[in-house]
Amino acid sequence: MTTDIESKNNSLLSVRDLHTWFELRKWGFGRAGFVRAVDGVDFELGYGEAVAFVGESGCGKSTLAKTILGIHRPTKGAVVFEGRALGKLKAQEMQWYHSQVGYVQQDPYGALPPFMNVQHILEEPLLINKVTSKAERDRRIHEVMTEVKMTPVDDFLQKFPHMLSGGQQQRVVVARSMIMRPKLIIADEPVSMLDASVRVEILMLLRALQQSHNLAVSYITHDLSTVRYFSERICVMYAAKIVEQAPVDDLLREPLHPYTLALIAAIPDPDANNARTFKEVPPGEPPSLINPPPGCRFHPRCAHVIQGLCDQQEPPSFEARPHHLVECWLFK
Amino acid sequence: MAANNSNALLRVEDLYLYFRATKGVVQAVDGVSLNLHRNEAMVVLGESGCGKTTLAKAILRLLPRNVHKYTGKVYLDKQNLMDLNDEEYRRDIRWVKISMVPQAAMNSLNPVLRVGDQVAEPLEAHYSLKKEALAQARDVFQRVGVPVDFMSRYAFELSGGMRQRVAIAMALVTSPDLVILDEPTSALDVLTQANIMNVLKRIKKETETSFILITHDISTSSELADRVACMYAGHIVELNDADHFFTKPFHPYSQKLMASVPTLRQTKQLEFIPGQPPSLVNLVPGCRFAPRCPSRFEKCADDPPVVDMGERRHVKCWLYAQGKEKS
Repeated sequence: MTTDIESKNNSLLSVRDLHTWFELRKWGFGRAGFVRAVDGVDFELGYGEAVAFVGESGCGKSTLAKTILGIHRPTKGAVVFEGRALGKLKAQEMQWYHSQVGYVQQDPYGALPPFMNVQHILEEPLLINKVTSKAERDRRIHEVMTEVKMTPVDDFLQKFPHMLSGGQQQRVVVARSMIMRPKLIIADEPVSMLDASVRVEILMLLRALQQSHNLAVSYITHDLSTVRYFSERICVMYAAKIVEQAPVDDLLREPLHPYTLALIAAIPDPDANNARTFKEVPPGEPPSLINPPPGCRFHPRCAHVIQGLCDQQEPPSFEARPHHLVECWLFK
Repeated sequence: MAANNSNALLRVEDLYLYFRATKGVVQAVDGVSLNLHRNEAMVVLGESGCGKTTLAKAILRLLPRNVHKYTGKVYLDKQNLMDLNDEEYRRDIRWVKISMVPQAAMNSLNPVLRVGDQVAEPLEAHYSLKKEALAQARDVFQRVGVPVDFMSRYAFELSGGMRQRVAIAMALVTSPDLVILDEPTSALDVLTQANIMNVLKRIKKETETSFILITHDISTSSELADRVACMYAGHIVELNDADHFFTKPFHPYSQKLMASVPTLRQTKQLEFIPGQPPSLVNLVPGCRFAPRCPSRFEKCADDPPVVDMGERRHVKCWLYAQGKEKS
C-alpha cells in the first residue's frame, strides 16, 4: 500500500502500517479496551515535500504527528526516517532524530515557556545539542530570527513570550523548530489560534522557509481552504485512517471519497449567496474510536453505501487515478 | 447614522463603553452606531480584541465592575433601553426580548442540570411557567434539531455540536426579537459548523427573529449574513450589505481582510495586513487603521467621518469623504 512510487528511493520519512492505540483502564489495572487513535496509516514523505493532513477533531491527526515525533510509541507498524526505524534508535540517536525534526505547536503561548526570554528559548536546543561556542550560538540565533522576519533581532531577544503578539509568538515557535536546521517540520494546526490577517502571514512564512531550505513539512489542519496555498499533497483522515490521498489540485478539483466530498461541500467561500441555500451535510457524527464500525468507517453516514460490502469488509486502498489513492469500495 | 425606518428593530446610536484598567482607560466600544431590521442578520466581523464581544455585552448590558463610561442610545422597537434601570432591564429585556449565546456556550452548560430543565429555566424565571415551560423546551429542541429524548441527559453526555444546539435552544426558548450569537461555531468541526448554520438559517426563515452574529470567521459568517458590520479597534469602520461587502468592500481594512481569506474554489493571491491592531488603551487621534493602511494620506491624521454611501451603507474613511462630509 505504499504510495508515491517515484519518491520511494529518496523518501525522507516513510510510515508503514502505523497503529497507535491507547489502552483504556478499568479500576486502575483491568483492561477495558483500546482507543484506536491511529489505525493502519501508510504514507511516504520525500525531501522538500509538503503534505497536509486534513480531518475533523478526534480523527487521529495529532496522534499521528506525535507518533512520528516519538512522543507516543506505536502499537504496531514503523516510522522510518532516512532509512532508520524509529523504534530501534538508542537514546543518543533519538536526540539526533529530534534535532532533525522540528515541531510547531498549535497554541504558541502554551508552547513557549513563560519564564524564559526569546534568547533563552532559542539557545536551549543548541545547548542540548552541544553547540558549545557562544559566538556560534548567537550567530545561529540571529540567522534564524532574521529568517522568521523578527527584525531588528536584538529588540526581541530579551522579550518574554507574554510581551509578544500572537503572530510574533508563533514566529518564535517556528524559529525554535528551525534552529537545528531540521529536514522535516511537523506543524500541528500552526495557525488555527491566530487572526485571519496574521494567519496568512505565518503560512506564507512557513511556505517560504520550506522552499528555501528544501524542508519537508507535514501540515496538520482541519481547515481545507488553507491547504491549497501550502502543500503539494493532501491526506484526508477519517476515524484514524487515511481515506484519500492525492495531489492538492487533483483532490480539490475531483474529490472521490464520499467523506471528502461532504467535507468540501461543507466549507463555504465568502459569498453572500451562501445565506440563501442550505448545505447538504451527512447525518450522524464520526464514530467512537473504541468500537469503530465494521467495514468502512464512513458507511453509517454514507449516501452511496453498498449493502453487504461496505458494512462488512474494510476497503483497501485503490489507485483510482495516477497518484490518487482512495479507500472506498466504489472505486474497486 | 440615524435611519428612521419604521422597520428598524434595533437602533444603536453613539454607544460608548470604556473600562478602567491599570494601564489606563480601555476604549473597547467607541461611538458605535448601527441599525438592524426585523428578521435581519447582521454579522460583526473583526480581529480579536477589536471590541466585537464588548459591543454585544454593551447592547445586552452585561457589564463588568470596572466600567468607566457607558453612554449612548440603544433603541429596541422605539424604546430607549438606556432609560431602564438594571432591574427593569433584567425583567423586561434580557432573555425576554434580547437573548445571547455567549462564547464557548457549549462548555458553560450547567453540569448538574438535565439539559431539558436548563433550556426551560428562562421561562420559569421570567414567566413562572412550570409545565408549559417543559413543553416549550421540547418544541425548541425540535427546532434546533436535538432529539427530544436528549432532554433528560446531562451536558457531558452530548457531543460538542449537540451542546452548542442546546445553548442556541436556551437563547430561543423565550422567542426573543433579537438573538446575539458570539462565535457560535468557532470551536466546532466543519461538518458540525455547516449543520449549525443550517439550523440558524431555518430558524431565521421560519420566525421573525433577528440575529447579530459575532465572528472572526468570514467564510462561515457569509452563511447567515444579510448585513455586515466590520469593526476595527473599537470603531465600526464599515456597515454594508452582505452582497457588496463580500464582493466589493469600501474600507481599506475590509478590503485587506477579504484578501486574506483563503478560498477553496478559486485560487487567488493571499495577502496579509502587516503590523498589528493598536492597543485600545491611550489611543492616538486620527484613523486607527492609518498605520497599516496602504492608501493613507495627510488627512488620516484626523478622525475620519462616517460617510453615508446610500442604501444603509456607511464607511468611516477619509477616502470617501470628498464632498459628502457628514459629521
